Amino acid sequence: MLRLEKRPQPSKFWNLATPVLAVVLTMIAGGLLFAALGKDPFIAIKMIFWDPLFSQQFAAYSRPQLLVKAAPLILIAVGLAVGFRAGIWNIGAEGQYIIGAICGAAVALAFFPAPGWYIFPLMVLAGAFGGWAWAMIPAILKTRFNTNEILVSLLLVYVAEKILAAMAVGRMRNPDGAGFPGSRNISQYPAASNPELIAGTGMHWGVVAAFIAVIFTYIMLHRHILGFQVQLAGQAPRAARFAGVAPARLVVLCLGFSGALAGLAGLFEVAGPARMISIDFNSYYGFTAIIVAFLGRLHPVGIVLAGFLMALTYIGGELAQFMLGLPSAAIQVFQGMLLFFLLALDVLSNYRLRLNFGEAA
Amino acid sequence: MSVPLLAIEGLTKSYPGVVANDDVSFAIGEGEVHALLGENGAGKSTLVKAIYGLIRPDSGRMLWRGQPYAPSAPHEARASGVAMVFQHFSLFDALDVAENVALGMDNPPPIRQLAARIRKVSGDYGLPLDPGRLVGDLSAGERQRVEIIRCLLQDPQLLIMDEPTSVLTPQEVEILFRTLRQLRAEGRSILYISHKLEEIRALCEQATVLRLGKLVGSCDPRERSARELAEMMVGTSLHQPERPAHQPGEVLLEVTGLNLASGAAFGTRLKDVGLEVRAGEILGIGGVAGNGQDELLAALSGELRAPREAVRFKGEPVGQLGPMARRAMGLLCAPEERLGHAAAPDMSLTENALLTGAWREKLVAKGFIDWRGARAFAERVISRFDVRTPGPHVAARALSGGNLQKFVIGREILQRPEVLVVNQPTWGVDASAAAAIRQALMDLAQAGAAVVVISQDLDEILEIADSFAALNGGRLSAKRPVQGLSMEEIGLLLGGAEGAGDAAA
Repeated sequence: MLRLEKRPQPSKFWNLATPVLAVVLTMIAGGLLFAALGKDPFIAIKMIFWDPLFSQQFAAYSRPQLLVKAAPLILIAVGLAVGFRAGIWNIGAEGQYIIGAICGAAVALAFFPAPGWYIFPLMVLAGAFGGWAWAMIPAILKTRFNTNEILVSLLLVYVAEKILAAMAVGRMRNPDGAGFPGSRNISQYPAASNPELIAGTGMHWGVVAAFIAVIFTYIMLHRHILGFQVQLAGQAPRAARFAGVAPARLVVLCLGFSGALAGLAGLFEVAGPARMISIDFNSYYGFTAIIVAFLGRLHPVGIVLAGFLMALTYIGGELAQFMLGLPSAAIQVFQGMLLFFLLALDVLSNYRLRLNFGEAA
Repeated sequence: MSVPLLAIEGLTKSYPGVVANDDVSFAIGEGEVHALLGENGAGKSTLVKAIYGLIRPDSGRMLWRGQPYAPSAPHEARASGVAMVFQHFSLFDALDVAENVALGMDNPPPIRQLAARIRKVSGDYGLPLDPGRLVGDLSAGERQRVEIIRCLLQDPQLLIMDEPTSVLTPQEVEILFRTLRQLRAEGRSILYISHKLEEIRALCEQATVLRLGKLVGSCDPRERSARELAEMMVGTSLHQPERPAHQPGEVLLEVTGLNLASGAAFGTRLKDVGLEVRAGEILGIGGVAGNGQDELLAALSGELRAPREAVRFKGEPVGQLGPMARRAMGLLCAPEERLGHAAAPDMSLTENALLTGAWREKLVAKGFIDWRGARAFAERVISRFDVRTPGPHVAARALSGGNLQKFVIGREILQRPEVLVVNQPTWGVDASAAAAIRQALMDLAQAGAAVVVISQDLDEILEIADSFAALNGGRLSAKRPVQGLSMEEIGLLLGGAEGAGDAAA
């Protein structure tokens, strides 16, 4: 009989080993899935994890993409991780990402075509503000009316998508665009663009922001009393109240922080890789970042590693779609399995598996 | 000698890292009230779980009236005639008494019939209980009656009771004892687990004493003194807390006209609570759990905000202040629930030391945590209060109840509080740790602090407190000096019968 036995303390070893094991299990289960779709699983897995980095044919294009894709994931995930540690579940980073992009783009379009060094910094502020403000809706509803922030933040994603569509075909549409939906190309407006800083690396301001956010969050979580309170509130809410943590303040703080970072990610995306506001501007970074946050054990350094891994599955997934004709849904299932296995394996951190035959009743 | 009802021979059960029962043998006769004595962690629960079919022993055997007896599940034990009243009730607040009883039965009769049977049994055994009432509205003593009647309906031969009196007032204890004696007169046997030695001496004719999983002795408790029994249990002679005579000083904590709703469902509202504690004084607040203890502690710690003037610390109104501000002033608290309230279970002792020590011990500068200082503070608590643990990096939940409690109380005492409020400081703590905690509280008062001890354990209050007040249904009685207070008076106060006699005081 298989039994679970609670460990006296959480296992440090399994805490680090489960993400690795989850990746391995995802590869196996994903391979079976690809095989069932009639593709060679070894080639598909190799194409997802290996070719984007090391294949002669694709690496020149794919490698810079790694930073481009990882930066928004890491930026959003680091913000989410702070809230998740406090037990505050912002599932709507995707919406905050969209609103941040719209606000940042609005600043750029308002100044177009004037030059000015101050335009890009203003856009950064506007992007962060947009994400923050969108996250304040679930925050205030939760603190005032005790609504569930998971539902409210998630549903606001769909509201944000509608606003995005309305903007792309309405107020923000490019007046010189011959009626096509979508805004002006912000990345070609020098005062507002978020260019590749070092050619051929994919490095842009969003990458810089992500690394600053990682370092900032690391220090806050591990050296600052606020980080301690965040973790206390997540692990033992009553003990947190006893220590003097005000739950409402923490909700506003955590949702605001993750919203602002998601908004920033949206801004850097719209002014750089995505180039403009368009109907299909968002690419579900906000949801994938949830996987990144958990895969990285809600730890800033872990999130950096997880961000690169997920970016790889994005790039490799596209490659596999293109080269092998794998359906895009298969790649999404693949990414989802990663979170599934990780959460399932988490049981090993807190419990010990025991096989015993003597006591079977 | 006749065949005993239940004989246990060489029972052994081990868990990883500990042998909970090591070759334990004893026998319970027909119509005998048998006490099972031992400190926390001595193996009492493991032993009764084996009898009740919740766990299976590794080796050894049990004989029921001479026949092999090896229940693999509680329903098999019940079928043989074993019933058990647990220390923690398994009742649903939102259901009524009869529905709760029905849920615990293997094949319950229709509710109407059951209600009639409950009424009959409760009448026969002197345990008044209305089967139609919601359990959420019952007192702890009444809830226990629900559990006992649930057992009696099965017509058991052996009734196991785990610490039954810990939630009862002295009057309720008397009622329970009458019932238990009646059961014995009917020829039923009772296995009675307790650490209250006076009770055991009053009720039981046989006692089995366990220490660290091993049988250390059997005796007739009526022939031994409480002190002898305690020393058998602990294995060494016990240190009695002591404290020289003293004069109380100025008023440090004052509560007046405090009315406060509880945040929790089925919580108790505080009604016009007033109290005053002086420097050097220990105020004991007695009462059965669920009468507003948690709410009173929360109102004093700052977890529940009160009207500004309702709580005063050294004359300053603090009712509106939060826990951090109160701590900074010198008003410290230790709540009842160790894991999850006083301490975060998965956090290390260092982190838990920071939890309340951050401000007074200056472990945070400009928002940044001084981890080295926090570790040093945790180490000081560990060494000063003899907390048995490999070190401050260990998670709080890995500590035993007594050790964690010493840590939690020690953490507050080392911060030199001017007022310390503790709720159930020795609940579920072994005798030597309890003595150490009580001594520490008395030393603190001796050094000039005001101490409020909220406790269900009346012996504890009588042992250490200078004055006594009872909490009943959210109301606090007037304070009385402990000297000269009789058990009867205490019982009446706890029952809420403050009034005629008190009006003159």
